[in-house]
Parts: sequence; structure tokens; C-alpha cells
Amino acid sequence: MKLFSRFIPSSRMRQVPKSVTVHAVLLAYTVIALFPIIVVVINAFKERRAIFRDPLGLPDSDSFTLVGFQQVLLRSDFGLYSWNSLVVTILAVGLVLLLGAMAAWALTEYKFKGNLLITFLFAMGIMIPIRLGTVSILSLMVNLDLVNTLTALVLVYIAQGLPLAVYILSEFVRTIPKELTEAARCDSVSEYKIFFCVILPLLKPAMATVAVFTMIPIWNDLWFPLILAPGEETRTITLGVQQFVGQYVTDWNSVLSALTLAIVPVLILYTIFSRQLIRGLTSGAVK
Amino acid sequence: MTPSNQHDEKKPFPWHLVFFLGPGLLIYVVFSVYPLLDTLVLSLFNEQQGQSHFVGLQNFITLVTDDTWSQAFWNALGNNFKFFAIHMLVQNPIGLLLAVLLSSPKLRLSGTYRTLIFMPTMLSVVIIGFVWQLLLSPIWGISENFLYSIGLGQYFDAWLGKESSALITLAFISVWQFVGIPMMLIYATLLNIPDDIVDASVVDGANSFQTFWHIKLPLILPTIAMVSILTFVANFNAFELIYAVKGALAGPNFSTDLMGTFFYRTFFGFQLQQGSASMGAAVATLMFLIILVGVMLFLFFIQRRIQRFQF
Repeated sequence: MKLFSRFIPSSRMRQVPKSVTVHAVLLAYTVIALFPIIVVVINAFKERRAIFRDPLGLPDSDSFTLVGFQQVLLRSDFGLYSWNSLVVTILAVGLVLLLGAMAAWALTEYKFKGNLLITFLFAMGIMIPIRLGTVSILSLMVNLDLVNTLTALVLVYIAQGLPLAVYILSEFVRTIPKELTEAARCDSVSEYKIFFCVILPLLKPAMATVAVFTMIPIWNDLWFPLILAPGEETRTITLGVQQFVGQYVTDWNSVLSALTLAIVPVLILYTIFSRQLIRGLTSGAVK
Repeated sequence: MTPSNQHDEKKPFPWHLVFFLGPGLLIYVVFSVYPLLDTLVLSLFNEQQGQSHFVGLQNFITLVTDDTWSQAFWNALGNNFKFFAIHMLVQNPIGLLLAVLLSSPKLRLSGTYRTLIFMPTMLSVVIIGFVWQLLLSPIWGISENFLYSIGLGQYFDAWLGKESSALITLAFISVWQFVGIPMMLIYATLLNIPDDIVDASVVDGANSFQTFWHIKLPLILPTIAMVSILTFVANFNAFELIYAVKGALAGPNFSTDLMGTFFYRTFFGFQLQQGSASMGAAVATLMFLIILVGVMLFLFFIQRRIQRFQF
């Protein structure tokens, strides 16, 4: 391509206005994508009058205030909600990765009766949403006495995340050369040691991708916290914000601040991990 | 020495298999497979005075034909198809356009655009719902002022509050949030198209539109089909956006009711109507069947016809 464009000057000439158009369209869409979020975040730092008088202006020394944030922290337990979300997400993602890698290894490495059935069972879970089983999940949790516990959420999220994790990790296990495991077996290394010392370290890059894909829906979920753990003590951040905004809907400072408190940490984490996430999405992990 | 070569009678019990597969499979079966099957079974029962008895397909017949139930059911189903149609007609074409633009050769800042446009997709649907509720609020007037500034002020309306426009507005909010997913998946496929195929068409004198239409589009069709089925499953499972913006009653006058909110109300009850586990299970079963049919159609017709190109 490089060679040709050097010899065809006309195509180079045309590239200048074309790239301007491309940038204009992409820039316009970027503004559309970010504008609503930015408006909410900047207005969270402004006084009520300024919010209405000049919604697009940045907060200045006159209009700057943190009263919304004070109200949010005073009226609701945002620290606890964030902590709950963090505990649930970390435990669920960690266990999805470990159990998913173990299952993916077992299903791709060993031939046994029922292998195909179990692989198919996991594959079904990628397409069929777990929330369709909510009626039975709730009665199950009632019977297990797990309603209003974080354990209930962690268990459901593991079941939710495993199918995709097993699928992606199986694809990666298949790319690991057989010689590696066979050499280890010849040295009579145990199956457990082969997995934990040889295979697991090799799966790290794939596990990073799976972690991101698993984490986002768990952190953002409203359905299961609403149904399985709506209590004040076990409320996650998404449910907490939903309840708070519903309750103080007329207090603009509080609502904008609550939304900002929910948005900003996610955006900071996203900025840090976006390279990883986009590499995962574009490497063909999801096909 | 590979386990596959061993014969059943000689083999010691495969404890390692139980160790590796057991915990994951157990949690998956207990908290996902079993509840799903149990829901399907439960939909064939009815509970009265704490006792449940087998009623066959009666719950489904009630849902589809009974005066009080069927109206709500068909309304939610119809709305859900509208919601899906708007996603297919708006979200995927915009995603395709952005992906094509992002993949233009030697584009500067393409990584930055990609990261920023994908940002809303990361946030919770609940948060996005509230953000747009504020932005479209006639009280705050941001959208109204914006429309006046570009000369379209007279078209502003309280879109989210009107029966005729609420569902469409919510669909557009959802499209706005999730356009990053088709964009990213199509972009990834476009990047994987080898340069020599594209170069060959350029040498043959094709302009960039012809190159796109005859060379690139056929190669990204499988991805577009994939995106469509992901959209289908997500849409027929949607709940959060409606619940956050309009509540469980999916107002005004149920005009934004989707299968997800209908399921929630049926299961938990609302206003004067009592919640019912078996009717909830029946709604969930119908959602399951709709999604299953969609996935099957995708697997058997679309996926089979479109050849996958491996490079």
C-alpha cells in the first residue's frame, strides 16, 4: 500500500480533505458521547442558582460548592455502598477467573464422558441470560437463608460470569503447545502442579481480558441487588444511587453529586484499563 | 500417558477432574442451570392458598388471551420489538460508520476517539438513565436551550413524559450508550482484513466506496450478524433503563413497558395486583423462548449462510 500511494499522487491529493471529514465526524460523535456526562459532572460542583442560570458554564469562585456531595454523604452511606460493590465485584471476578480457568483446563485437556455435554451447557449460558431464572434463584436464596447477603450476589455473579470465562479461556488453553504438559507428565509432575505452575501463569493475559468483561456487568448491575439484597447493609453502589436519586429527585445538587460520585471512579478505572479492555475486545476474544 | 489413552477399568478415579471441574460446574448448575429449568417447570404450576398444583399450559393461555393479562403482555412484547428495531436501525449503522471511519489508514488520534466514544458504554444503565432524564428535563432546559440555539426550539417537548415519544426516547438513550459495542467489534474485524485484498481492489481501479461495498462489507457481515444477536438478547432482557427512568410501572400509561419490566411487575406485584411466582415464571419462560428462537434463527440461518473468512 505504501509503495502504491507513492506512485499514485492523485490518491494522496484526495486524502487531505477526506481526513478532515473523518476527523470532523469522529470529533462530533466524541462530543455527543461525552457532553451529557461532562454536563452532569461540572454542575455537581455548582450552586443551585448557577445550575439553572448557566448550566454549561464551569464552576467559578462564586458558584463553586460541595454542598451536594455533603448532602449525599450525610443522607446515605455511599462509603458502605461502594465497599459492598467492591467486595462483591472482586470476590466474584476472582472466583470466576480461578474456577473458569480450572474448568476450561479440564474441559479442553481431559477426555471423559460428558465432556461435550458440559461444554455445551456452559456455551448455552453465554446466550441465555441468568436473570430469566430469577424466580427460582430468589426462592433458592430464601431456602439457603442468603437473602440480603453479599454471598448471594457473589454466587449468582459467579454463575453469570463463568460461561464466557470458560469459553474464552478454553480458546487460550488450546493454543498452549501439548509438548509443555507432556514433558511435565514425563517428569511425573502431578496434574495439579501442571495446572497451577505451568498453565495458570500462561493464561494471565487471557484472564485480564476475562476480568474486564466480567467486572463491568457485575459492578453496573441493578437487577440482582434489587431482588436479592435490597437491604441498607448490603446495598451496592448502583442500587444505592438508584434509591437515592429516586428519593431526593428534586434536590438537584444532591442528585448531580450522587451521579458524579458513581461516574467518576468508573471513568478513572476505565482510563487506566482502557488499553487492556480494547485490546481484549479487538483481539477477537468475543467472536 | 495422556489420560485419554487409559482404559476405563484400569483408570483410578479421576480426582483431578473433580477438583478442576467440580467447583465451577457446581456453582453454575445450582445458581444458573437449575433455576432456569426450575422456572420452566414452575410456569406449568399455579399456587393457590400456599398450595401449588399442575395446570399445564394454563398460565400461558391466561397471559396470551385473558383480558387483564393479555393487554399488558402484547403491549410489552410489541414495545420490545419497537425497542429492538430502533437499535437495529440506528445503533448498528452508526456503529458501522464510526468503525469504518476509525479504521481509515494512518488516522491520527484514532485510539483517543475510540476510548472516548466507548466511555458511556462502561457506565451503569441506571446512571445513564438518570443523566438523560436530567438533560431532557424541561425544568433544567438544557436540551430546550440547545435546540433554540440551532433554530429548532419549537420542536422541543417533554419527550420522556409523553406516551407517544417516551419509548422512542428511551431507545435512543440506550442506542447512545451502547453504540460503542458494534463500533468496537466491527472495527476489530476491519483491522483484521489483510491489506493485500484491499490493495488488489485499489489496483483494479475501485474507489473507496466500491472497495467498502464489495470487499469490506461482505467480510464484516458475520460480525454484524453477531452484533445483531447480542443486541437482540440484550434488548429482550432490558430492564434497568426503564426502571430507573420510569419506574416499575413503565409510564406514562405503560407506554415504555418492556418484557423485563413486565416480568418484574408480574413476579413482585404492583399497586393492587399481587405478585405471583408462577405467572412470573411463565413470563420468564416466554422471554426464554423468544431469546432461544432468536439465537437459533441466528445460528441456523444467518451464521450458516455467511461464510466466515479466516485469515
